[in-house]
Amino acid sequence: MSKTKTMSKLKLTTEGDTHVVVTRHFDAAPEAVYRAHTDPKLVQKWLLGPDGWTMPVCINEAKPGGKIRYEWTNGKGAGFSLTGEYLELVPFSRIAHVERMHLPDPTPDNHVETRFDADGTGTLMTMRMTLPNTQTRAAMLATGMEHGMEASYVRLEGLL
Amino acid sequence: MYLNHALDATFSALADPTRRAILARLAQGEATVTQLAAPFKLTQPAISQHLKVLERAGLVMRRVEGAKRPRRIAKGGIEAMDQWLGMLRKAFERNYDRLDEVLAGMEQPKKGE
Repeated sequence: MSKTKTMSKLKLTTEGDTHVVVTRHFDAAPEAVYRAHTDPKLVQKWLLGPDGWTMPVCINEAKPGGKIRYEWTNGKGAGFSLTGEYLELVPFSRIAHVERMHLPDPTPDNHVETRFDADGTGTLMTMRMTLPNTQTRAAMLATGMEHGMEASYVRLEGLL
Repeated sequence: MYLNHALDATFSALADPTRRAILARLAQGEATVTQLAAPFKLTQPAISQHLKVLERAGLVMRRVEGAKRPRRIAKGGIEAMDQWLGMLRKAFERNYDRLDEVLAGMEQPKKGE
């Protein structure tokens, strides 16, 4: 099936009671998209959420057991952070990691598997999140609403 | 006038992250106060207080079942969630639109790097 430019490239769905799946096409090779997810200098440029927010701290040790630490600020005193650990990396096709937000109390662990598959001349990214239970998934959704950050992944049809 | 008042009630009800989380939970099905309190580390009276605000705003309804008062999401609540999710989706897309720009600006991967 061919893609149409007018359609949104982002797809968000819930799966079962505890999963959330995000897919997005990128006009770049899997290697580039993978690097943009694992090179802190690149992550810092896009994983920012609403306009006006920056990520002054970006630690991203892309190796099994490697640490992830992102700190965001809006420059007006508000901020929050995310920590995580890498579980497995298969360059340039798969990343498995676990993450949690600190608001400031840590949220339950979110297990994330991100795949980068060749899609024509570009890449289809599929991010599959697993939360401990349906309540946590609902709370994650609400948290994401507040911060407009990556913890925010549900399509209405999946939710209702 | 009435409409404005109703919108105000909706927005102040949704201004609190716990209430949005409660609404998101109820969007997945009916739940009692005990069930709602569990994931939030809040007391049942605190949850009841939040539910009162949501009910007044017409976002949540209650049912009587013996001693239980299970809550469910109301039509207004579904519409409110729909709007929030639309905003959320936009914020999310903004990240990936930025990533598109980052990718466009990246050099071709150098061999042997």
